[in-house]
Amino acid sequence: MNAAGIGVDAGSTVVKACAVTAAGSRIWQHVELTEPRLEEQARRIAALAREQAGAAPLVATGYGRKLVAGAERAITEITCHARGVFAELGSGGTVVDIGGQDSKVISVGADGSVRNFAMNDKCAAGTGRFLEVTAARLRLAVEEIGAMALAAAEEVPISSTCAVFAESEIVSLIARGAALEAIVRGLHRSLVARLASLVRSLGIVEPVALSGGVARNPAIAAFLAEALGCEVKLPEAPQLMGAYGAALLALD
Amino acid sequence: MSIEGALRYYLGTGIGKGVLRFERLRNEWRLRHRAPKTSSPFSPPLSTSPWLKELISRHYLTGRYADAHRKVAWVTSGAPVEFLKALGYYLLYPENHGAVCGIRRRGEELCQAAEEAGYSRDICSYARTDLGSLLSGRTPVGRLPKPDLLLCCTNICQTVLFWYRVLAAHFRVPLVIIDTPFIYSTAPAHAVDFVQRQLELGVETAERVAGRSIDPAELERVTRRSREAVELWMRVLERARHVPAPITAFDEFIHMGPIVEMRGDRATVDYYRALLATLDLRIARGTGALKQERIRLIWDNLPIWYRMRGLSELLARHGATLVASTYTNAWGELAALIDPSDPMRSAARVYLHPILNRGTGHKLDTIQRLATDYAAHGVILHSDRSCKPYSVGQMDQRERLSARGIPALLLEADHNDPRAFADEQAENRIQAFLEMIPS
Repeated sequence: MNAAGIGVDAGSTVVKACAVTAAGSRIWQHVELTEPRLEEQARRIAALAREQAGAAPLVATGYGRKLVAGAERAITEITCHARGVFAELGSGGTVVDIGGQDSKVISVGADGSVRNFAMNDKCAAGTGRFLEVTAARLRLAVEEIGAMALAAAEEVPISSTCAVFAESEIVSLIARGAALEAIVRGLHRSLVARLASLVRSLGIVEPVALSGGVARNPAIAAFLAEALGCEVKLPEAPQLMGAYGAALLALD
Repeated sequence: MSIEGALRYYLGTGIGKGVLRFERLRNEWRLRHRAPKTSSPFSPPLSTSPWLKELISRHYLTGRYADAHRKVAWVTSGAPVEFLKALGYYLLYPENHGAVCGIRRRGEELCQAAEEAGYSRDICSYARTDLGSLLSGRTPVGRLPKPDLLLCCTNICQTVLFWYRVLAAHFRVPLVIIDTPFIYSTAPAHAVDFVQRQLELGVETAERVAGRSIDPAELERVTRRSREAVELWMRVLERARHVPAPITAFDEFIHMGPIVEMRGDRATVDYYRALLATLDLRIARGTGALKQERIRLIWDNLPIWYRMRGLSELLARHGATLVASTYTNAWGELAALIDPSDPMRSAARVYLHPILNRGTGHKLDTIQRLATDYAAHGVILHSDRSCKPYSVGQMDQRERLSARGIPALLLEADHNDPRAFADEQAENRIQAFLEMIPS
């Protein structure tokens, strides 16, 4: 393969990698869970990318971006997600990136550049971690809770956006005999409420698009559209947008 | 005041001053002869740095022995101190001492000492550092002198009111409170009258404690030196309008020590005059504080004392630096209001007008003016968990600055408590912000 740019997104939960041609189309991709020895893992993935897609300039992003050996540049996920989603959807607007440990709302200009951004505070509220923690408490797989929330006929309100407080709230709801499905639906609503306020703090500029691994959860897009009162677009591979954007930036 | 006390004071400070002078000369020699680091993004330190170190160390050295021989007052950072200086008081600023603890990375342990005594973590970290130091007896400056008088002015926040009441109960000494009504633009005459009357009462108390009357000629002299120092400080700051900036706000945070702690002293005027000359030399040579200056930023709020170096290096890696701050500007912008011929009236007016005693609209205008005057590309708004009066309104200020074409970043931290600061997240935000600024 003839890659012209490679992007490695060393995230807190998952490492994503992607290679693009000079024209910017994705020709190779790779996803695996983040290992404790991230430096070694990043080196292996970069070598894999070059072996399978061809030698090309590499841009690293994600929290582990400084650990990716051989990267020409290390760029923040904010700039990379903006660039990736812009290329995918072909317009500016608002990108909501929900990652494993943090969430970002990015206002993207008509030229694909970052105009402004807001991030969650120093806590897990509004992030993938919130769903992981609460799903674990309910002994459910994080992959199945989205569909379960959408199918639920009832909903119990969860007032906590904090993962730790939500966990104790769940305990008391279970003790009161609330239905599992109703709790799961309430949890999604709580996470989305936190995200929606982050979006509003920046100002809604349509189209609104989701990116990041959590965007694969179908309830998030549906509830966010409801909360914001506008359509929420979903790229084909939301989890890859950071690595894709990094690969595109490697072309510059 | 005993003969023994006087002997201890003059002997202790005399020997100490000799040692500090020797250190300064040695540091100056090193600065002149040391080969500059080629890999560093910064120009060599300002040649007056050893002098500054001597000045501040001497202030704390004097403090160590002060209560053996002189009257001592503890004061808030925005307090009208000229009348105390004229009465010969040694002045200690717990907030500045807090900053020294922060820079020396002692803030956390001292905050914890206060928390162990029951003070909430929601209280300002300067107050917690100070109270923690008081209760544990630990300080990086050796020893703090006990106060004979406390002077608290509410023009910076309301926390000081409660903080100083705690100090008054602890030391059992008189507390003078100068209550400054909040103003939106300029102070009405009745507000100035109100503050002036309190100042006059404060002078009476200070005279009683000092055991002597104030000499009007001395008060005028001190006020004149205050004005001179404040004017020079403003000129120092304005030199950073030059591109590349010969001094950064990081340098200014350190260099502001004398203007806060030694306002009204001859030595402060002399120091800033020398600093100004050094900056002019840098400008003439085209030397910037940063070797490659690409992005110029304005800082709002107190510095993050325990991460100054880290932040300065992080910005420098991206060719960015801070060229001005609302915080350092606050000690210079009121120079024109100081009138040595009418010290009490002018003090009442000056100490009513600090940025924190005025509306948030005034702060927004100040930031915007600084951005224009200093040719800045963006603004970092430090949302300081400990300083609510400084941080309130920053969300709106960020939006309004962005709407006016000035990108602004809200950075969550705390000026003295590192537990409220997340390195990785802060770095991520700052880097993303710098990537956003077109260059």
